[in-house]
Amino acid sequence: MAERSFKEEVKSLRLGAGEEFHGEGILAITKALLESGVSYVGGYQGAPISHLMDVLADAEDVLNSLDVHFESSASEATAAAMLAASVNYPLRGAVTFKSTVGTNVASDALANLASGGVTGGALIIVGEDYGEGSSIMQERSHAFAMKSQIWLMDPRPNLPKIVDCVRKGFELSEASNTPVMLEVRIRTCHVTGQFTASDNIRSAFTLKDALENPVRDTNRIVLPPASYLHEKEKLEVRWPAATQFIRDHKLNEFFDGDLNDIGIVMQGGMYNTTLRALELAGLADPFGNTRVPLYVLNVTYPLVDEELIGFTAGKKAIMIVEEGAPEYIEQTVATLLRRADIQTKIHGKDMLPMGGEYTGLVLKAGVGQFIQTYHPELVAAAPLNSGDNRLKSALAALDGQVHGRPPSFCTGCPERPIFTAMKLVERELGAHHVACDIGCHLFSILPPFNIGSTTMGYGLGGASASAFNIKGENKASKRAISIMGDGGFWHNGLLSSVGNAVFNKSDNVMIIVDNGYSAATGGQDILSSHHKHDTRSTQNSIEKAVRGVGVEWVHTLTRTYDLKAMIRTLKEALTSTEPGPKVIVAQSECMLNKQRRERPLLNKAIQDGKRVVRDRFGVDPDTCTGDHSCIRLSGCPSLTLAPNPNPLRREPVTKVINSCVGCGHCGEVSHAAVLCPSFYKASIINNPDRNDTRKQKWRQRVIGFLQRRHARTLASNAAGH
Amino acid sequence: MNPHASQSATSIPVRSIRIAILAMGGEGGGVLANWLIDMARAHGYTAQMTSVPGVAQRTGATIYYIEMFPVAHIGAGQQPVLALMPVPGDVDIVLASELMEAGRAIQRGFVTPDRTSLIASSHRVFSMTERIAMADGRVDEQALLTACRTAANRFISFDMMRMAEQSGSVISAVMFGALSGAGLLPFDRQAYEDTIREGGIGVQASLRAFNAGFSAASGDLITPPSELARPAKPTPFEALHRQSREQFPLQAQELIGAGIDQCLDWQDPAYARLYLERLQPFAAFDQARGDSAYTLLLEVARQLALTMSYEDTIRVADLKIRSSRFERVAEEVGLKDGQLMEIREYLHPRLQEIVETLPAFLGRFIVTTGWLKSLIERLTSEGKTVETTSIRGFVMLYLVASLRRWRRSNLRYAYEQKTIQHWLDQVMETAKRDYGLAIELAELRGLVKGYGDTHARGTDNFNRICAIIPELEGPQASQTVMALRKAANADDTGKALDALLIPLHKQYHHQERT
Repeated sequence: MAERSFKEEVKSLRLGAGEEFHGEGILAITKALLESGVSYVGGYQGAPISHLMDVLADAEDVLNSLDVHFESSASEATAAAMLAASVNYPLRGAVTFKSTVGTNVASDALANLASGGVTGGALIIVGEDYGEGSSIMQERSHAFAMKSQIWLMDPRPNLPKIVDCVRKGFELSEASNTPVMLEVRIRTCHVTGQFTASDNIRSAFTLKDALENPVRDTNRIVLPPASYLHEKEKLEVRWPAATQFIRDHKLNEFFDGDLNDIGIVMQGGMYNTTLRALELAGLADPFGNTRVPLYVLNVTYPLVDEELIGFTAGKKAIMIVEEGAPEYIEQTVATLLRRADIQTKIHGKDMLPMGGEYTGLVLKAGVGQFIQTYHPELVAAAPLNSGDNRLKSALAALDGQVHGRPPSFCTGCPERPIFTAMKLVERELGAHHVACDIGCHLFSILPPFNIGSTTMGYGLGGASASAFNIKGENKASKRAISIMGDGGFWHNGLLSSVGNAVFNKSDNVMIIVDNGYSAATGGQDILSSHHKHDTRSTQNSIEKAVRGVGVEWVHTLTRTYDLKAMIRTLKEALTSTEPGPKVIVAQSECMLNKQRRERPLLNKAIQDGKRVVRDRFGVDPDTCTGDHSCIRLSGCPSLTLAPNPNPLRREPVTKVINSCVGCGHCGEVSHAAVLCPSFYKASIINNPDRNDTRKQKWRQRVIGFLQRRHARTLASNAAGH
Repeated sequence: MNPHASQSATSIPVRSIRIAILAMGGEGGGVLANWLIDMARAHGYTAQMTSVPGVAQRTGATIYYIEMFPVAHIGAGQQPVLALMPVPGDVDIVLASELMEAGRAIQRGFVTPDRTSLIASSHRVFSMTERIAMADGRVDEQALLTACRTAANRFISFDMMRMAEQSGSVISAVMFGALSGAGLLPFDRQAYEDTIREGGIGVQASLRAFNAGFSAASGDLITPPSELARPAKPTPFEALHRQSREQFPLQAQELIGAGIDQCLDWQDPAYARLYLERLQPFAAFDQARGDSAYTLLLEVARQLALTMSYEDTIRVADLKIRSSRFERVAEEVGLKDGQLMEIREYLHPRLQEIVETLPAFLGRFIVTTGWLKSLIERLTSEGKTVETTSIRGFVMLYLVASLRRWRRSNLRYAYEQKTIQHWLDQVMETAKRDYGLAIELAELRGLVKGYGDTHARGTDNFNRICAIIPELEGPQASQTVMALRKAANADDTGKALDALLIPLHKQYHHQERT
C-alpha cells in the first residue's frame, strides 16, 4: 500500500476522446501512454515519477481492459531490460525512473537495447531530479542519451505539448528503430494543467501474440559481428531517419519575432521561464508573442542540422539556454556552425551560469545581458525604486535569523531509535566508520545525529565499506558499520553488499532497516513488505534471504523502539568474535504509512463506542531544565520548544506537541541516557469500560485525599506555619 | 525612452496573478494550493500550480507556486504562458505558514515592498538548530516581524496555528480565510467557501477555521507573538515579601519575589529567609557602588533562587503528584469528557540520588555497606516507569515527596549549601576587583542544572571555568568568561569549551613561569 490511494487519479485514466483532462504533468504522461497503445509499463519509483507508478499500481482494471502489463521493477536495470520485449516484436513499451540515479543503474541494459535497436516503440521516461529540491547528485541525463545514441525529448512544460511528445516519441522510436528518452523535470511533473483526451488504445499485437509466436534475429543481439553492424546502422540509418522524422513532424518549434538579427535556442523545458524573462524585459506578452525569435528544442538530441542552420543563418548572435553542465548542445551547435562556416556569435554559458537550476532570476539576468549586448536601446533604465532600501533593511534584520530546514525523520519514525542507539553506543565504544546508503535513513547524516560518512548508491551501503576488511595480524580494533534500507536491500544490496561481504569474509556490521516499504520514494511495497498483497508476493523475509547467501550472524529485532535491545545487539555485533559479516535486521513499520492505515480505523472504533487507548508523551515544564539533550538524541518533530513558565529561567523548555504518535522513543531515550525525569506517557482511554471506571473511582478517592493533604502542606508552608 | 520598449510595455493588457505558498510537510500547503486553482478555474480564470516537494515532504519546507490568468482577456487561439517558479520581485501574494518561512520568502526575494502582500502566521515552528541548542537557541522573533513589516507592501499576520487548533482544523484553512479576508484576490467570500465545500473533506472544521482567518485578516489584525505563559503565582507569603520590599530596591522586587516563591515552593519560609539573607550583601554592595541598575544583585538573585532550588528526587516527586499537575497534563493532551487518563513517569533514580536524598546517617550507612550498596545499584541499573495515577505509584512518589521534612539533614543538602556559599563568596570577592567579571561569574552558575548526566556535565564545566577565573585579569576578563560560558553551551561533548580553555591554561601557566 503506497502512501496514499490514487483511486481519484485513476478515474482520469479512463477519459475518452474529446473529454477534458485536468491534473498534474506526470499523470498526463501516464494517460498519454495508454492513448499510445502501450503493451507494457515498468519502472522504479522515486521523485518526481513515483506518481506514474503509484497511479498505475492502483489502475489494475484499466490496465487489464487494455491488455497492458504493469510491474514495479526490482530496479531501474530491471525496468530497462524489460524494454527487450520491443526488440523483436511490434510492442510499445515504456519504463520510468528517477534520473540520473536510475539511468546510472539502467545504463547496462539501455546500452544493449540501443545497440540492437527496437521494432516497437520504446520510451524511457526520466524524471530529471535537478536543481531546487533535488535529492541526488547534480548531473544530466543528456550524457546517457548521447553515449548510447538514444533520442532525448525535453518537451515544453505544458500538458498538451507533453502529451503530444509521448505519442510522437513512440512514433519517432519506431521510425528510427531507436529507444527514446523523455526528460521531465520536477516542476513539470507536478505542474497542473489540462488537455483534450483521446481514447485509450489496446495494441493490436499483444504480449500473448508474441509469446505464442516467438521471433528471433541474431542481428539484433549484441555480439560480434552484429555489434559492429549496430554501430554502422546507428550512424548511417537510424540517425538520418530520426532527424527526418523530427523535421517532418515539426517536433521542434519556431516562434517568430521582429528582432531578426538575434535569436534564442532553448531546451523545451526552459521555455516558460525564458518567456517570463522576456516578458519582464518587455519583449514578450503573456501569450508567448515574442519580439525575439525562438527555436524551441522539444528534441534536444539529436539536433537537426538544417533547422539549426536555417534559424541561425543571417543572425548576429544567438543565445543557447541549456540547463546544467557540461553544455553539450552549445558545443554541438558550435561545431555545426563552424563546419557550415556561419559566423553568428554563440552565447550561452558565457552569459548564464555553468551549473545550477535556471530559475527565473538566473534567466532574467542572462537574457537581459544578451539583449543589452545586441539591442541596448531596448533595455529600459531600471526605474528608481524606493523599495530597494526597505528590502535591504529587511534583509539586514533577517541576517542569521533564518535557518535551513533539512529533511529529517518523521514523527514516530522507527529509524530514529536505531541512530539514537548508535550515538549511545558511540559514547561507550568510540566513533566508528559508518557507510550510508540511499533512503530515509540517510537523514542520519544531518543534525541531530550526525552519523555517516559516505553514500555510494542504492543498496551499496555494505559495498561501500568493503575496503575496510583487514585480515590477519594487522586487524583494526574497530569494525565499519554500514546501513541499508529494505528498499536498497532488494534493489541491489542483497548481492552487491551482503553477498559480497560473505564472499570476501568481511567482519563488518550491516544494519538493514526493515520498515516494510520503499519508504523514501512514497511507501511502495517491496518483497519483504509485512502485509499480504493480492497481486504481488510480499512477506519474504530479509533474514532468510541474508542467510540464503551465507550470512551466519543475523539478529532480527522486531521492535526498533526497544532502545536497550538495539544498543545491546549493536554492541554485540561490534564485539562478537564470530567471523563473517554481522547483519542486524531492524524491523518496525514506517510510521507515516502506519498512521495512514491505522488512524482512520481507530477514529472509527472510537466513534463506534469501542474502548481505544491512545498514548502520547509529554514533558513537565517545571522539571525540564531546558538543556534539550532529549532533542539532541531524538530529533523528533513533535519535540519542540516552549517558553519557560518559570520567570527565573530563560531557557525554553521542551514540549511535546499534539502530533505525537506515542511511539515511546523519547521515554526510552530518557531512560537509556539517564536524562531527566520530565517525560511522561499519558494514556487516554476512549470509551472506558466498567472495569476502568471502577478503578478510577478508587484511585480518585485515595489520590484525591493525598493530593488535598499535600496541597494543605504546601499552603501552610507558604503561610509560614 | 525607446519608443519600441514603451509601446510593447503598454500593449501588455494584463498580467497573471502570481502567488507563492511556503509551507512545511503536513500543513496542508498542497490542499491550499489546490483550493486556489479550483476556485480560480470556477470563477473565470485559468490557473496553474506547481511545487517542488521531493524530500521536503519529510519535515522540510515546500514552495507551491500558482499563477492565475483571467479567461476574459484570452483571445481566440491564445493561451497564456504561465511560469513554473516565482521570479524575485515579481510575486503578488506570499502565504507563509510560519514566521521563519516568511523570513525565508523575503530572503529569496519573493516579498518586495512595491508589489507583495505577505500573509504569514505569527507562530513559530522551531528549526532543528533552535531545538538542539543546549540553552536558548531561538532566533529573534521581533527581527523576523520587523523584516516582514519592512519588506512587504502589506503584511497580515496573526497566530493562525492557534486558530486552526481552536477550530479543529489545519492551518491551511485559516490561511485561505486570511487571504479572503484581506481581499487580495478578485473573488468574493462565497467563492472561497464554495471551494471548501466542493473539496468535500472536513468541510465543517475547515469552514470554522476559514471564518476565523477571515475575521482576523479583514481587520488587518497584527497580534504580537504569543505571550509568555505565566503560571498562577503560589500563595504569597506576605511577611517575606514585605521584608523584600523593605530591604531591596524597587528594580529587584519582581525577581526577588519570584525567588522567594521558588524557595517557599521548594522548602519552607526559613529557606526563603536564607535566600534573602544571602542576597543582602549584594544589595549593599551595589548600593555602595552607586549602581542604580543593581546589575549584580539581579543576576545573583536569579541564579541563587535557581541553584538553591536544585532538582533532587524529593523535588521531582513533589512536582509530579500535585493535582495542579494532573490538570495541566489533562489540558495538554486535550482530555475530553468521558475519557480517562493514566500517567506514567519515566524515572531513572540512581544509587547516588537515592543515597543523598535520605537523611545523612542512612545515606552514609548504605554507601559503606557493600551488599546493600550493590543491591541498590542492581535495582537501579535500569530506568523505571511509575504510574502516578495508580495508587501504588502515587503513594510511592508521595512518600518520597514527604522526605522534604528531613531534607536539611541529607547529604545532598549539605553538599549544595557548601558549594552555593563558596560560589557566593567567590562572586563577592571578584566583585571587589572586577564588577563585570563578577556578573559573569554569577551567570555562570546557570551551567549547573538538571539531573543525571546533564547535571554532572554542567557541574564539571562550571568548576573548570571557575578554576581559571582567579587568574583572569584585565578588561577582557569578563568577555573571556562569557565566551567560555557560551562554549560550554555550544555542544555536549565539551569540544568547544576545550578549544577555548586549553590555550588559556597554557597562556597562564606560561605567565606564571616567566
